[in-house]
Amino acid sequence: MNVHNEMTLTFESRSANEAFARTAAAAFLMQLDPTVGELSEIKTAVSEAVTNSIVHAYGNNIGIVRMNVRILDNNQVCIRIKDSGCGIPDIRAAMEPLFTTAPEEERAGLGFAVMENFCDSVSVRSRVGKGTTVTLRKTISPRVSDV
Amino acid sequence: MSAKTVLKGNELTVYLTGEIDHHSARNIREMTDSMIQQSQPRLLRLNFSGVSFMDSSGIGLIMGRYRMMKLYGGDLRVINVPSGLRRIMEMSGLGSLNVLESEVDS
Repeated sequence: MNVHNEMTLTFESRSANEAFARTAAAAFLMQLDPTVGELSEIKTAVSEAVTNSIVHAYGNNIGIVRMNVRILDNNQVCIRIKDSGCGIPDIRAAMEPLFTTAPEEERAGLGFAVMENFCDSVSVRSRVGKGTTVTLRKTISPRVSDV
Repeated sequence: MSAKTVLKGNELTVYLTGEIDHHSARNIREMTDSMIQQSQPRLLRLNFSGVSFMDSSGIGLIMGRYRMMKLYGGDLRVINVPSGLRRIMEMSGLGSLNVLESEVDS
């Protein structure tokens, strides 16, 4: 699969950067001329993944979150969000709707459910004590002029 | 993100504007909860007409206020939800709480 364009951002795990990350991903993908709906789905999925890193991976500490966005063949978009935080001991349990380890923060436990609903695929790699990488894939519908 | 509250009789309406995420939800939560505790309304309306973006933090915000209103024996209505936010609201199971309204706020 060819990489047509790519960008990488690293930022601190501060909650103010949730808006920064999703807006930056959306701005980069504007070159694919996505629909308002597609853009909103991508922003929402990125917001969920980045918030997970900020709330769960690093807890009260500040760490680094890395976001890589690639445009591949046929308008396929691949977004990787990587942290070097605490890791997820049981990925399957973490991806269950309503599962949360932070109810006091009013986390609804729907982060992964939203990512799965708004993307074509979501994969998670995690090692306890090492960190977590979430990969979101989504194909943007081609513009009419390209058809 | 900003929120404006209007108390009319025993009905409290919170007008939300901007983007709701984990970062902005905290301020909205604190502001709304202090108003609820002060005025103990029978009905809380969360008006979403000015909300341009929301992730699952918005769902947490609604669920939390729902529980709080039930604690005081009151009700919650979520009103004027823009079409772009309907999908996340519906997939969250909020429908089963029967708090979503599509009618225009008077």
